[in-house]
Amino acid sequence: MTEELSCQELVELVTEYLEGALPPGDVERFETHLAGCRGCRNYLEQMRHTIQVVGHLTEDHVAPEAKETLLATFRGWKRGETPPSPA
Amino acid sequence: MPATQLPYVPSSVRRPGEPFAMTGEGKPTGFTLSAEDRRVVEALRHGDETVFLALVERYYATMRRLAAVYVDDPAVVEDVVQDAWLGALQGIHRFEGRSSFKTWLLRILTNIAKTRAQRERRSIAFSNLVSDDVEGDEPAVAPERFLTSGRWVGHWAAAPASWATVEDRLAAIETQTYVAQAIQTLSPHQRQVIILRDIEGLNADEVCNILGLTETNQRVLLHRARSKVRRVLEQFINAA
Ligand SMILES: [Zn+2]
Repeated sequence: MTEELSCQELVELVTEYLEGALPPGDVERFETHLAGCRGCRNYLEQMRHTIQVVGHLTEDHVAPEAKETLLATFRGWKRGETPPSPA
Repeated sequence: MPATQLPYVPSSVRRPGEPFAMTGEGKPTGFTLSAEDRRVVEALRHGDETVFLALVERYYATMRRLAAVYVDDPAVVEDVVQDAWLGALQGIHRFEGRSSFKTWLLRILTNIAKTRAQRERRSIAFSNLVSDDVEGDEPAVAPERFLTSGRWVGHWAAAPASWATVEDRLAAIETQTYVAQAIQTLSPHQRQVIILRDIEGLNADEVCNILGLTETNQRVLLHRARSKVRRVLEQFINAA
């Protein structure tokens, strides 16, 4: 692969690029393409934004009842009891 | 976690200065357990309730999300989380420190969720193999977005816009809801990988370990998952 990358090829390499899994020669072709292509720079930026948005999905907290059940499990385990296996 | 808690170290297992190993059979894996994980495991073995509850809280969302890939009834999801903790407690004395505590815990959870899904017989298309999910054509971007002829074949026909000016919108709560829904529509394998990598922030090695994936398959699944979420997000942003 010595030919220039097309945009369609580049978008398939984005994850490998971000993961640091592209061979050095391909990194160079990737970055050369980026330098001359605003569309692909925007695409890469969109991908980074996407990762960020996914990373900010809200956490749910433990419901109090679930916590109590877990605590009971923990105390039972501590006393050496084996709780009945769930149905 | 109480700072005064004395670590419980079975003397037959570990001498001062020795690398952490919980049983004699630990094989060298190049993995070193973090000081925090060491403390956590010791505290659990010691029956420390405060530490246990902190861990329950810390891993709750992760455990639920991962379980929900296998079983869809919220009550069953909750059961799987409970069973995983029980399994972890029962196995804590056998924990060898060959992976992080989190990786170990999530592997237990995954196994329990799989078994439960089979039992429920509603294993949400989990009969499909990873290989089905990484083979075949699934372009990151619709082919119509590229020129199909001429000197610039393969180049953007409709180039993506910069999102630098829509950052507020990207951070908005309705965007999050939309993205969460998009994740639900991914294939189960893709969903697992994006949850663990991008929501939970685990690294590629940890995810391969938890899900039993090869490095390449993990990356392909991540690529397909992220690409699809980006497509959905782009539609959402453009529709505004
Ligand atoms: Zn391009």
